[in-house]
Amino acid sequence: MGAATDTKGGGFRAWLNKRLPVDQFMADQLTGYYAPKNFNIWYFFGSLALLVFVMQIVTGIFVTMHYKVGEATAFNSVEYLVREVPYGWLLRTLHSTGASAFFIVVYLHMARALMYGSYKAPRELLWVIGMLIYFALMAEAFMGYVLPWGNMSFWGAQVIINIFNTIPVVGPDLVEWIRGDYAVADSTLNRFFSLHVIALPFVIALLILLHLVALRQVGSNNPDGIEIKENLGPDGKPKDGIPFHPYYTLKDIVGVGLFLTLFAIVVFFVPTFGGLFLEKPNFEPANPMSTPEHIAPTWYFTPYYAILRAIPDQRLGALAFALSVLAFVFLPWLDRAKNKSIRYRGLASKLLLGMFFVVFLVLMWLGLQPAEPLYVLMARICIPLYFAFFILLPFVSKADANGPVPDRVTYHAH
Amino acid sequence: MRTKFASLIGALALLAGASSTFANEGGHAGWQREAGNEVANLPSLQRGARNFMSYCSGCHSLKYVRYSRVAEDLKISDKLRDELLVKPGAKATDYIVSSMPLADAQEWFGKPPPDLSLVARSRGNDWVFNFLTTFYADSASRQTGVNNLQLPGTAMPHVLASVQGVQTAVWENVEHKGEDGKAVVTTTFKEFAPGVAGAMTPEQFDEFARDTVNFLDYVSDPTQLERQGLGIWVVLFLLMFTGIAYMLKSEYWKDVR
Repeated sequence: MGAATDTKGGGFRAWLNKRLPVDQFMADQLTGYYAPKNFNIWYFFGSLALLVFVMQIVTGIFVTMHYKVGEATAFNSVEYLVREVPYGWLLRTLHSTGASAFFIVVYLHMARALMYGSYKAPRELLWVIGMLIYFALMAEAFMGYVLPWGNMSFWGAQVIINIFNTIPVVGPDLVEWIRGDYAVADSTLNRFFSLHVIALPFVIALLILLHLVALRQVGSNNPDGIEIKENLGPDGKPKDGIPFHPYYTLKDIVGVGLFLTLFAIVVFFVPTFGGLFLEKPNFEPANPMSTPEHIAPTWYFTPYYAILRAIPDQRLGALAFALSVLAFVFLPWLDRAKNKSIRYRGLASKLLLGMFFVVFLVLMWLGLQPAEPLYVLMARICIPLYFAFFILLPFVSKADANGPVPDRVTYHAH
Repeated sequence: MRTKFASLIGALALLAGASSTFANEGGHAGWQREAGNEVANLPSLQRGARNFMSYCSGCHSLKYVRYSRVAEDLKISDKLRDELLVKPGAKATDYIVSSMPLADAQEWFGKPPPDLSLVARSRGNDWVFNFLTTFYADSASRQTGVNNLQLPGTAMPHVLASVQGVQTAVWENVEHKGEDGKAVVTTTFKEFAPGVAGAMTPEQFDEFARDTVNFLDYVSDPTQLERQGLGIWVVLFLLMFTGIAYMLKSEYWKDVR
């Protein structure tokens, strides 16, 4: 450590390093940080999530310069931005597509952790912090979605806020406190704006920092689920590790290029993404007198929304909704397998995880459909399966015919 | 790794294609047709602008759109713009607002005619096309004498009667089994029959409606052409960037054994 630090001599670099540990930081965090060499494509999504976060902050700053909060002005200001501000359409589309991209990337990042057991000891806290980021992101996205004050913004806000109504005793008062009015109105919009541009970005940034610090403390997991720190070479460095910089910085740039290409295709050619990223009813201003034909939240909330909607009892529905989101937090303690990675687990574990992925996607699709009897029935079949994953995991992971884990990671040189 | 990239891109492309079916678009009745308009077709857009100004703008506004912007995007000369596009008393840089006083609109139609700046995005091109083409004579409608298949009970009179004429609707009784197993008869729409003729043939009127939808499509998202033109270059640049980044990465990763 500190080998790369140049504090002697009279150059600018030495001057700087005496006052700010630039080289030291580089050495500790990038060139001296060893990551497993067998990362696959699933390991792009962490750095991509960070990229999208920065993009959302930057485009958000510029969108905020033109957005005018208020019932009477919000919708018009977005149309003005899109139509009359030079490249305003680009700013707005980058920001709205970025919101969906954030969730795509985060869901893939989470799926990776589920597959390779990245939440297991010693990475429990890393996972919990990640889940907190996910929750904060959900709040951030929901409030951002309300800001353009389209008709779906308005009615979606109505539905989501009313979920809190089902909380015993304090529910109705709590809902009124959240809205700041007896209905979703100007005051609601104003506070959502404040939370969306100040409070939640701060919270998310702080949590991301903690997530990274925790990651550096325990080191990255890998597709084989082997701790590379347990297999050190004579130089004290992990045999299966390579310096994060330049190897993974360069590899992540390839991921960034691929991601941005797909992202640009959406932004420039299908910005509404068939009504998934920008919904049709949201091109009408909020109208308390006219309900959209069917209200659905944006796609990233719909697995949970399908659960909420399929349960006839409102209070039970809200409880199942909350549990379906929160259940992820407990995964580190529900999974009792010795092996981390799904690669070296038995068939039952593979089937259980596969089923969960399918059920999650089916629920996502169902939540976007109107509440017709067939779809509600399908959701009611999916709900027990969804929770079965969390309930069965402790037993399946323990009793499954888990195979032996190799000593070294599997890597084929190119 | 390269095959994995390819399959990832393939999967995402599939997802993009499937997204319109993934998002609920609602069922399509048999009489509904696709608008089939091409927003890059400039003459069609110009005809559509003319149609809108002649038949729609008396009641409907395009409150987010300026005359000058339409003229610029649709390559309409300043002279023609001032003669044909801009309403008397308005300036070229004004927004296109309807000439109808709100109170009168309220009294005449029960509600003010909606602004159409975003109708093609909120309802969709097909919806607008079907709305424009499915007015039919309906004696039950005492206000206007017409009804509409796409928006039953619409407050809008058949403004395009002079060009389309007034068609009549043929209904048929369809017998099917209800939920309790008993036979239920429902009356459903079968087809249109010619009624009073208009100035245009049905084919000409379809083109008329298609041009109008095309204009509303442009108006709902005026930057779409600029966006796609720029997008090609952005995507090409990013592909090149990714290629170079991949080569650089491969060069470094040769050392990893």
